[in-house]
Amino acid sequence: MSFLSHLISGISLGSIYAIIALGYTMVYGIAKMLNFAHGDVIMVGAYSCFFLMSRFHLPVIVGVVAAMLVCTLLGVTIERLAYKPLRAAPALAVLITAIGVSYFLQNAALLLWTSNPKVFPSIAGNTSIKLLGGQLSISPTALLSIASCIVIMVALTWFTSSTRMGKAMRACSEDKGAAQLMGINVNVTISMVFAIGSALAAIAGILLCSAYPTLTPTTGSMPGIKAFTAAVFGGIGSIPGAMIGGILLGIIEIFGKAYISTQLSDAIVFLVLIIVLLVRPAGILGKTVQEKV
Amino acid sequence: MARVETKLVPQPATNYLPERDADKQPILETRNLGIDFGGLAALDSFDIAVSPTEIAGLIGPNGAGKTTVFNLLTKVYQPTRGTILFDGRDTLGMSSVHLSRAGMARTFQNIRLFNNMNVEDNIKVGLHKSIKYGMVAGTLRLPSYWKQEKIAHERVRELLSIFSMEHLTQHRAGSLPYGAQRRLEIIRALATDPKLLLLDEPAAGMNPSETAELMENIVKVRDTFQIAVVLIEHDMNLVMGICEGICVLNFGKIIAKGTPSEIQNNPVVIEAYLGRREEDHPEDERAEGEDPGVTYVEGPEGHSTDEWAADKGPEVMHGEGREEDHHADGD
Repeated sequence: MSFLSHLISGISLGSIYAIIALGYTMVYGIAKMLNFAHGDVIMVGAYSCFFLMSRFHLPVIVGVVAAMLVCTLLGVTIERLAYKPLRAAPALAVLITAIGVSYFLQNAALLLWTSNPKVFPSIAGNTSIKLLGGQLSISPTALLSIASCIVIMVALTWFTSSTRMGKAMRACSEDKGAAQLMGINVNVTISMVFAIGSALAAIAGILLCSAYPTLTPTTGSMPGIKAFTAAVFGGIGSIPGAMIGGILLGIIEIFGKAYISTQLSDAIVFLVLIIVLLVRPAGILGKTVQEKV
Repeated sequence: MARVETKLVPQPATNYLPERDADKQPILETRNLGIDFGGLAALDSFDIAVSPTEIAGLIGPNGAGKTTVFNLLTKVYQPTRGTILFDGRDTLGMSSVHLSRAGMARTFQNIRLFNNMNVEDNIKVGLHKSIKYGMVAGTLRLPSYWKQEKIAHERVRELLSIFSMEHLTQHRAGSLPYGAQRRLEIIRALATDPKLLLLDEPAAGMNPSETAELMENIVKVRDTFQIAVVLIEHDMNLVMGICEGICVLNFGKIIAKGTPSEIQNNPVVIEAYLGRREEDHPEDERAEGEDPGVTYVEGPEGHSTDEWAADKGPEVMHGEGREEDHHADGD
């Protein structure tokens, strides 16, 4: 029975990673850059929701929507100010800028909200759901995470596959020049991807802090790195890949904690990344694309 | 294909328009257009006018600057000097997106389809500006989504039917045969509802029967949509077969303009394509602006040029050329 409960908490943690990984993978898909500040957008989302809920006593749903708006705005602003001027710059310059933005957000949060950890209230309540005659207990946050992940995945697949904006996104990720000459505004499309990714980061941040209630300015960085691992694991640039990668990574982490060693669980996660990169450099669902030289 | 040569009427600034459109405003006009790449003038003093229903050809040897012209017109490159008037408007400061929305569409020399998307979605990307529903309506599939997508779907089928490709809607663009990819690129360009269609080597890699079909289709597209077409092509059968006005580029400069028969009989053009034999080429036939020291010995570019030259080569050497007059009073 403990196996089943570990599996469920693995899937739920994995769902959160998957939602974060979507942000990485969508931005990579369209802008061909790794937005390492994405993890810190999660933290900002969690803080926004925390303050609205605990200081202003607003209902959960208002907190979540407001946090999504804050993160959307933050994501689009970061893109405009930090990444857009570097559209033509070498990939390395953009990568370093992204790391810089990440540290900027962490330190700004440190100044604004100090390093004292905040205790995040669970947004889904604390009454566990008992199943199989009380042998299996599932936290409502876990269920909420898994449900959110499924809803987001379905909506996003729909969005990218059959709406005009989704098609514009796919067109831009394949060939920006050609898309532009077909009348698609590439800058608007890239902003839109940052907006969607950041709104999802807010949801992930709130779910993460509901499950692990300690909120500090560095809360987002480790899940951010793990979600990036998940995106690479699943095949960066691929939306279903991010989902599969995230969930597998969550399961591996929880099983590692439960059956191997609590201290080594992070090491196991990154070991998996190394093995995947050695065996399948493009990830589970990634396509091996020949780089033009 | 039986063809009737269109009579060209001279315009100011050494341009020509088909007789039927002589009193209309050209859809495209360039004045003294040029671009330098690091001090080298890749294109200079490029003046053309294209009427709203004309099929115009842009030809010239490899590296003459033909694709550069397209890249300037569509603002992939910013011109160093000169003006581009599209539909009577100065395009200064307009981006590729603006121009596409204003009605300029193009295809590419090396096909640039969205290979991982299916045929229908490729065309729908071209329809982007004409499909209207918001992000929320799209994600939640509100009625406006279904209505707009239905219209788009019908438009896709309509466009595909021009090239008899309706059965391919669900195929991945990258998996189509080469000729079909070229046709799809033209359809995607047409989906943007253009007034001017720029085709960069539409017949490249096509076999003769595909090319013949393409020629008919280009004329059909022009007749159906009443749009102007400018095409770059090395296949002389195609160019001479359907183009009304032709402009010949060499080393970034226009060396000749005129109807197909004028171009075929123009010694300067023949020299640019085939090189010059001293005994065939008295000094006085050389056009102004040509470097007298250069003798081109490179061969012609495609088999078609080759055939064309073999057909027309010997007897056209003494043909009358408009070129000399144009250069004498032009520049």
